Amino acid sequence: MKNLNRRDFLKTAALGAAAATLGTKSAKASEKLLSEDRLGVLVDTSVCVGCRHCEWACRLAHNMPSPALDYYSNPTVLKEFRRPDKTALTVVNEFENDKNPNLPIHVKIQCMHCDHPACVSACIVGALTKNEDGSVVWDDGKCIGCRYCMVACQFQIPTYDYDVSIDPHIRKCDFCTERRKEGQLPACVNICPNEALVFGKRSEILRIAKNRTKRKPDIYINHIYGESEIGGTSWVYIAGKDFNELKMPPLGKNPAPGISEAIQHGIFAYFVPPVTLYALLGTIMWVTKRRNESADKDKHDHHSDSHDHHSDSGRDPYRTSGHNTYRDSGHNTYRDSGLSTDKDTKGDNL
Amino acid sequence: MKPAPVKHRFFTPGVIILAVLALNGLIFLAVRFISGLGAVTNLDNNTPWGLWIGVDVAAGVALAAGGFTSAALGHVIHREHYHAIVRPALLTALLGYTFVAFAVCVDIGRFYYIWHPLIMWNGNSALFEVGICVMIYMTVLYIEFLPIVTEKFMGKVNLPGFLETFNEPADKLLRMLNSGLSKTMFIFIIAGVVLSTLHQSSLGTLMVIAGQKMHPLWQTPVLPLLFLLSAIAVGFPMIIFESLIASRSFKMKPEMKILSRLGSMVAPILGVYLAVKIGDMFISDDFKYILKFDVPAWMFMAETGLIIIAFVLFLSKETTRSPGRLFLASSLVIAGVLLNRINNFIVAYKPLYDPVAYFPSFGEISVTVGCIALLVLIYRAVVIYFPVISHK
Ligand code: SF4
Ligand code: SF4
Ligand code: SF4
Repeated sequence: MKNLNRRDFLKTAALGAAAATLGTKSAKASEKLLSEDRLGVLVDTSVCVGCRHCEWACRLAHNMPSPALDYYSNPTVLKEFRRPDKTALTVVNEFENDKNPNLPIHVKIQCMHCDHPACVSACIVGALTKNEDGSVVWDDGKCIGCRYCMVACQFQIPTYDYDVSIDPHIRKCDFCTERRKEGQLPACVNICPNEALVFGKRSEILRIAKNRTKRKPDIYINHIYGESEIGGTSWVYIAGKDFNELKMPPLGKNPAPGISEAIQHGIFAYFVPPVTLYALLGTIMWVTKRRNESADKDKHDHHSDSHDHHSDSGRDPYRTSGHNTYRDSGHNTYRDSGLSTDKDTKGDNL
Repeated sequence: MKPAPVKHRFFTPGVIILAVLALNGLIFLAVRFISGLGAVTNLDNNTPWGLWIGVDVAAGVALAAGGFTSAALGHVIHREHYHAIVRPALLTALLGYTFVAFAVCVDIGRFYYIWHPLIMWNGNSALFEVGICVMIYMTVLYIEFLPIVTEKFMGKVNLPGFLETFNEPADKLLRMLNSGLSKTMFIFIIAGVVLSTLHQSSLGTLMVIAGQKMHPLWQTPVLPLLFLLSAIAVGFPMIIFESLIASRSFKMKPEMKILSRLGSMVAPILGVYLAVKIGDMFISDDFKYILKFDVPAWMFMAETGLIIIAFVLFLSKETTRSPGRLFLASSLVIAGVLLNRINNFIVAYKPLYDPVAYFPSFGEISVTVGCIALLVLIYRAVVIYFPVISHK
């Protein structure tokens, strides 16, 4: 028994090592992270009434300054199109409803918690992580504030504190990771009086979304936004209007980091291309150096050391000037030992 | 003919103007570090990258490419008659990359965490690769420059007063360093070339991940190749440009023999670059975007036009023979590549939601101009003090 275990262990270890060296490590890693049970939220824009209580709850849950809850019923705020910023991780916008002008459409926006997040792929120090539960979170201790995640995000979600010099933060919805650790729902889901937000396993909420759009084709268009957009997102939307008109970016099915990572790994590919280039250049250097040395020796044999710099008319210009400048400045690099260099320099002072 | 310190006084009216520009930039820099990026720049949540990344970092790295192209030519392919340009090009690359590193520190929000990429790695990130390669390459450039320093002081160590007794050991140390460097320098020279090809191309990968936020005229999977080719193409023109300006400023005869040889190599490289760039347009069917004749279309035509004119100029022998024409043609290449980097990082970036289009603020421009002015001043000081430029 013991023996078998040991052998098994060795076999697994060997397999693991082989996989690590041969397989595409990062692809493996991110696939492993995409758990079947990962979570998500369904945003039903036809149910949302635009009370903006989620904005209030989100601020509260993240210790961000907030006006009193009463203020949120002020309808004029909804008249302008807003985006998340350092004062709000989530905002609700209002759009016209062509089917029923009395019931405008409300769209809550926040980080989509992509399945293949561009921000995570882009971050220079790996300060953004895609967790097994589906959330994408930011690490205060790593971030250097380069804002490449903002360039990369296809939903233009992360925001930055432009008004401070010390300790600026990248801010975005963190899927209420802290609250969920304590067994609570995300603050916005928890407070929503109309159940416009459905929290659960992503597979489960997708099923609900499909059900609703199929059962009520008069209310919903047949498109679950986020089901396949850039490889799928944890937060998904259903609506009665084309998502472009709700200012959700039109996106393809391919994960955003796909091309960039393919290029990146192509250039590096386990350091084979750089090392090959290094070896190639080294060989060229060695060959040309020897060729020049023998050419140089030839010349010494034929014209015992001529120092005429300007007599290259009619002669091979490469060899003539090559010879002279080689002696004059070449020695300052890797050719000669330091001591003789110094003497040469003094003697050669033209 | 060997490299020697230039005998010229430091201050001239031009130098004073540069000093004023540098000072102006430093004032805005101070504001940036006291009150944050928003106080000086027009950057916001829609446009996170602007002039400093586009010009100071991206164009800076491209225009410092003369360092690795000349090292490849002079040391790897061993065309020794080019040695006269290796040192000035090395100095430009060294100062250029130092300037880039400084610009990065200015632009990143948490400048005090600049060292994080050294220990926190993300192999998927193009920016990580650029960052690491630039850091290592900069170290390599300083090592490559060391022999110029040892050469300056060897045999001339003259410490004041009681330190006099250390003169001999110091000199011995220098000699040891110098001989050690001479023997190992080839390692660094090749490493420099490899590192350069890597990060020059990765700079092109940077914007690929922006996806549809990049204008289709520039968004293409061959961006890394285009960036590498344009960096190689601008290397020699940049050396020519600087050499001609330096000889003008220091009242020396231009090194026409070397410069026209360098010039004759520019056309083929530009040709390859243009072929890939225009070929890619056919493949991705981008011509329809040019026919829109909007700002991006004009900017694209401007950058491509500059390179095409330069290409035609460099094709003719006349150009490579006359300093004036050579200067003009080289300037066109530099302008073309500079514009290409500005286009890629600023013009092509169209945020999804953006009420006001980004245009650099006066403060951003001041910092960029100020840093360039400072760079020129340091270059001038170094060539007056150290043996960099070869002249009779
Ligand atoms: S999940 Fe939490 S952080 Fe995200 S929008 Fe809702 S309340 Fe805000
Ligand atoms: S929406 Fe943007 S910030 Fe959120 S996970 Fe996706 S890429 Fe990252
Ligand atoms: S700003 Fe911070 S989180 Fe965003 S890419 Fe840079 S280091 Fe990563």
